Amino acid sequence: MDKVLSISVGEIALKGLNRKYFVDKLISQIKSTLKGVEYGRIYREQGKIYIEAEGDDYEEIINRVKKVFGIVHISPCLRVKKDIEEMKKAVLEVMRHKKANSSIETFKVETRRTDKNFPLKSPEVSRQMGAVILKNIEGLRVDVNKPDVYVYIDIKGYIYVYTDKIKGYGGLPVGTNGKGLLLLSGGIDSPVAGFLIAKRGVEISAIHFHSYPFTSERAEEKVKTLAKILSSYTGKIKMYSVNILDIQKAINQNCPEDEMTILSRRFMMRIAERVAIENGINALITGESLGQVASQTIQSLSVTNAAVNMPILRPLIGLDKIQIIDIAKEIETYETSILPYDDCCTLFLPKHPVTKPRLKDIERSENKLDVEGLINQALETMEVYEIE
Amino acid sequence: MEIYLDNCSTTKPRKEVIDEMMDAFNNIYGNPSSLHRLGLKAEKRVEDSRQIIADALKVKPDEIYFTSGATESNNLAINSIINKQSRFGKHIITTSIEHPSVLNVIRKLEDKGYDVTYLKVDRNGIISLEELANSIRGDTILVSIMQVNNEVGSIQPTWKVKKIIKDKNSKALFHVDGVQAFGKIKIQLKNWGIDAFSISGHKLHGPKGIGALYIDNKLKLEPVIYGGEQERGFRSGTENVPGIIGLGKAVELMDKNFEKEQNYVRDLKLYFIERLKEIDRIRINSPAEHTSPYILNVSFEYVRGEVLLHYLENKGIYVSTTSACSSRGVKKSRVLKELGLTDIQIEGAIRFCLSYEITKEDIDYTIDVLKASVEEIRQVTMR
Repeated sequence: MDKVLSISVGEIALKGLNRKYFVDKLISQIKSTLKGVEYGRIYREQGKIYIEAEGDDYEEIINRVKKVFGIVHISPCLRVKKDIEEMKKAVLEVMRHKKANSSIETFKVETRRTDKNFPLKSPEVSRQMGAVILKNIEGLRVDVNKPDVYVYIDIKGYIYVYTDKIKGYGGLPVGTNGKGLLLLSGGIDSPVAGFLIAKRGVEISAIHFHSYPFTSERAEEKVKTLAKILSSYTGKIKMYSVNILDIQKAINQNCPEDEMTILSRRFMMRIAERVAIENGINALITGESLGQVASQTIQSLSVTNAAVNMPILRPLIGLDKIQIIDIAKEIETYETSILPYDDCCTLFLPKHPVTKPRLKDIERSENKLDVEGLINQALETMEVYEIE
Repeated sequence: MEIYLDNCSTTKPRKEVIDEMMDAFNNIYGNPSSLHRLGLKAEKRVEDSRQIIADALKVKPDEIYFTSGATESNNLAINSIINKQSRFGKHIITTSIEHPSVLNVIRKLEDKGYDVTYLKVDRNGIISLEELANSIRGDTILVSIMQVNNEVGSIQPTWKVKKIIKDKNSKALFHVDGVQAFGKIKIQLKNWGIDAFSISGHKLHGPKGIGALYIDNKLKLEPVIYGGEQERGFRSGTENVPGIIGLGKAVELMDKNFEKEQNYVRDLKLYFIERLKEIDRIRINSPAEHTSPYILNVSFEYVRGEVLLHYLENKGIYVSTTSACSSRGVKKSRVLKELGLTDIQIEGAIRFCLSYEITKEDIDYTIDVLKASVEEIRQVTMR
């Protein structure tokens, strides 16, 4: 009897001819997230992926694998040879363990026999195993309509017995859907945006804008910490860090105060687009949510969009702050995001930012600036970090 | 270029201190409580350090207890005094500008039902002895006053406190947080009638993680933690032998160089203040008299202290905005508020803390960087 984890893939199953590509990608990500922990083989058997996991790292393996996108759920299983007696032992052990750790009264056995050579048919296996449970474990009844617990028996090359399905995040394996550059600030929203887009299979890089010495090195450390948390879902993240203080100063000196934010946003987008193109990245990702702040009105967003040609993905666009916070807590970026270090936006924040900017006005303001020169100057300050 | 002007947060250990500690880590590793020769060797070195510190404070060695640092010394002093004296009353007097390691202990006692008077300070950061005298009551059991304030450097007239207490009430004991004072200004514990005095190793070019507490041996205080009865039962726990040896060395050197270094730094501070006048819209927050020669707090109006700090750091100059323990928060300095500064002055406050290692050239360079940085920042903030 061996302990294994079975992994169910979701949407990947629908991908037809590309299915092998998606599953291979998924397995390679599972392997990379399991670096440093002890496990046996990883193999595939009829639609599921199995990880042999005997040792002390069992819980840690579940925790890590849970974060790999493309997985719908993970089940801790007992695996036995195709033998009725062995199967009985496994069923009893799984049920005894379940009963000891939760208050259950009713159960139902569900058998799936993909190996048609196995002598008993599925309903017969369920019936026999149900009887074994009833005979050996006290205080349990069968309920075929609404059982407290399902006992699953999958008969394949081996027999797998399990009761629990631990939910994964679903989605698609990272890297199966192109590359995106996430504008990562120190706030709550942008890590969540990165998470959601990565979940759709996009490989994430990040770009951070700072205004040192108007902001602190600790603020940048905080962003690196966020990228690190994010990387536990997305794999290694390349983070570009660009100082835009000179741009902010130039805007501050030459343009109307209320346009500070929108003008800065356009510069950030332009710089991000440059970095993306140079690195073969196909889209920008932001944490903008409609109406959350002045720079996130429809008018502001369209003026921001006009600065670049690359698509800007805004997965939070229709979410409320409270929903965003819920996800941030779930993915464990929230506690870091709320640490009190200034990010580059706050110091130059105008008292009354324009909420309905017109592209004409903004372009007129930009004409007072050496846009190209400022962008190139900012790009010269760029530093790159590999975060994992 | 590295100009370290944050010597109130911590100091760089002197080379001799590090050398002594390296030797201690390598060779004096025995437990002072062990009966064998290695234990004896360690015990002797611990007692040597105790003697050095006692000599520097002109007290007896058995009045010195080693602790893990000033926070522990302050906690231990206040709590053990309160435990002993609580049968005489429930009133405590302290100042509104204490370090958190005093203030938060006393606030905790306040939560438990003790009555606390927080003495106000004037614009120079100094308490009024009249207010102190008026605050002492029949049930006052503890007066705790810091010797040198860590943010502005004001020196409290502790030499007059004991007499004022005694005239009104003989039961109240007198604790002094001496962290920024020991080794920096002259102190006379016995003459001034100080009952308990806290010191820290890393503020006087010694190691971190070690401190000491002086307690007048007339007082028989009970410990607050129990264990192997080290430090004559008052502070159990195996001695931090390398730390104690390092502290001893730091105190020895500090005592030897005291006059020379103090005079040197006093002149340096005056020079610094003189040159700061070349920058407009500033306010010197440290008092002109009754002031530590080592601490200079200055407000640069219309400059955010934290931004200026990063500008300076970028040029290799290291300072603090308030005390380093509190600068992580976004709160405005409590002490500067007590001094009656405006918000603009509080936001732009920088603390420069000197040491014997700083030269006149360092100050000149700092002034140049300050001028340029302040001007650059004001271009943004005063638009």
